[in-house]
Amino acid sequence: MSDSTTPPVSATPVVGTARVKRGMAEMLKGGVIMDVVTPDQAKIAEDAGAVAVMALERVPADIRAQGGVSRMSDPDMIDGIINAVSIPVMAKARIGHFVEAQILQSLGVDYVDESEVLTPADFANHIDKWAFTVPFVCGATCLGEAMRRINEGAAMIRSKGEAGTGDVSNATTHMRKIRTEIRRLQALPADELYVAAKEMQAPYELVKEVAETGKLPVVLFTAGGIATPADAAMMMQLGAEGVFVGSGIFKSGNPAQRAAAIVKATTFHDDPDVLAKVSRGLGEAMVGINVDDLPQPHRLAERGW
Amino acid sequence: MTVPVIGVLALQGDVREHVAALTGVGAQARPVRRPEELDAVDGLVIPGGESTTISKLTDIFELREPIDKRIAAGLPVYGSCAGMIMLAAEVLDGRPDQRGFAGIEMTVRRNAFGRQVDSFEAPVALAGVDGGPFHAVFIRAPWVERVGAGVDVLGEVTDGPAAGRIVAVRQGNLVATSFHPELTGDLRLHRYFVDLVRAA
Repeated sequence: MSDSTTPPVSATPVVGTARVKRGMAEMLKGGVIMDVVTPDQAKIAEDAGAVAVMALERVPADIRAQGGVSRMSDPDMIDGIINAVSIPVMAKARIGHFVEAQILQSLGVDYVDESEVLTPADFANHIDKWAFTVPFVCGATCLGEAMRRINEGAAMIRSKGEAGTGDVSNATTHMRKIRTEIRRLQALPADELYVAAKEMQAPYELVKEVAETGKLPVVLFTAGGIATPADAAMMMQLGAEGVFVGSGIFKSGNPAQRAAAIVKATTFHDDPDVLAKVSRGLGEAMVGINVDDLPQPHRLAERGW
Repeated sequence: MTVPVIGVLALQGDVREHVAALTGVGAQARPVRRPEELDAVDGLVIPGGESTTISKLTDIFELREPIDKRIAAGLPVYGSCAGMIMLAAEVLDGRPDQRGFAGIEMTVRRNAFGRQVDSFEAPVALAGVDGGPFHAVFIRAPWVERVGAGVDVLGEVTDGPAAGRIVAVRQGNLVATSFHPELTGDLRLHRYFVDLVRAA
């Protein structure tokens, strides 16, 4: 951090800058973002201490169970949730569906999740996220994928995990992989970063930046399969800066209590005494599906590239 | 006190950026999540974050009373954005159960500039801080709607639709800004606060 002062680029206020987009995610750090499908659920999430809610029509577990094409939510539903809570509201657009993203921006959502949980709308291109005032979060399974999304304008990255399963193993794999690949870049001599960029299919400038700083230039959250306070705390200990919980809360026996417990576990992720206390008496966790039992075409993490 | 120890309330938010900024101006910075950690600090920073979450966790982890007591005894506190809301005697557009530390006699409006698409950067000059205006970053930021007699207004937005809105204040040892100096690498406000802690 330099001690010099940055001269203002403009005397008049400027919106939609990379700094306000990335900065918004910085403010969510150490927090839990919860999937909600109704205004009532949004209120429960806010009451439990969520830092934001993700408005969607069906949680991933139901998308998985019901099948079909999964799309952006009805604007009425998103409006209802925006009006129900004072915390930020995020919403999902299909991968590559820039018009869904335009609509979400027009509705005033605070963050768009270009999400593999919905059915992809473009199998070659993701959304050009620089073209928007609203910031985007995107999923990644490895560092190369994270840097490709950042290059397209993503202001926040989350591990993909395997949404709607309650099986945390893929989130663990993705988070460990991203962190390991960052450490590998840090260890490489400068003249090997060019080939590293080629191999990771990521822009050299970003590769160089990550190698120098030892971190992504945007906030890194975890998502996909987190169902218990211990899951959330483990992901934080593995280097996540915050947690998305999808089906894990409202598919469980006592959503309000579980939501509050996951919030506390995220803040005190390194204190086993607190974790033991908040893990008690939560009732049934979501039933869950083992990722290994999912046939290949039904694995959401493999959507996006 | 040669090297002041300054805590950053680490329940949620951009704790790391404040720790880095405080370290950058020669303070010893450490996260505070427990009452006993609060006892060991000479000053406290309440970071940016989600004020409803920070308020809730402050109650759950039994920090409210100890922080109120320290503030009453003169503890210097600086709050940015959510931290400003936590230091306000009155909050508009917050949740009904949302409570701050009753520090500064002021009324603050949450998300006053609008939603995230309205978040912006603009120059803001602060009284008592030399070196030209801050490059201020406002993220779903609050503004100060009313201040009591004992409160000094340090800065206002000067241009655009929100021109004239109060975005930086000080009352005694308590300082609050709507914007986030911790995000820009401009350490002047943290130096101002550390000087205040040294003098307290």
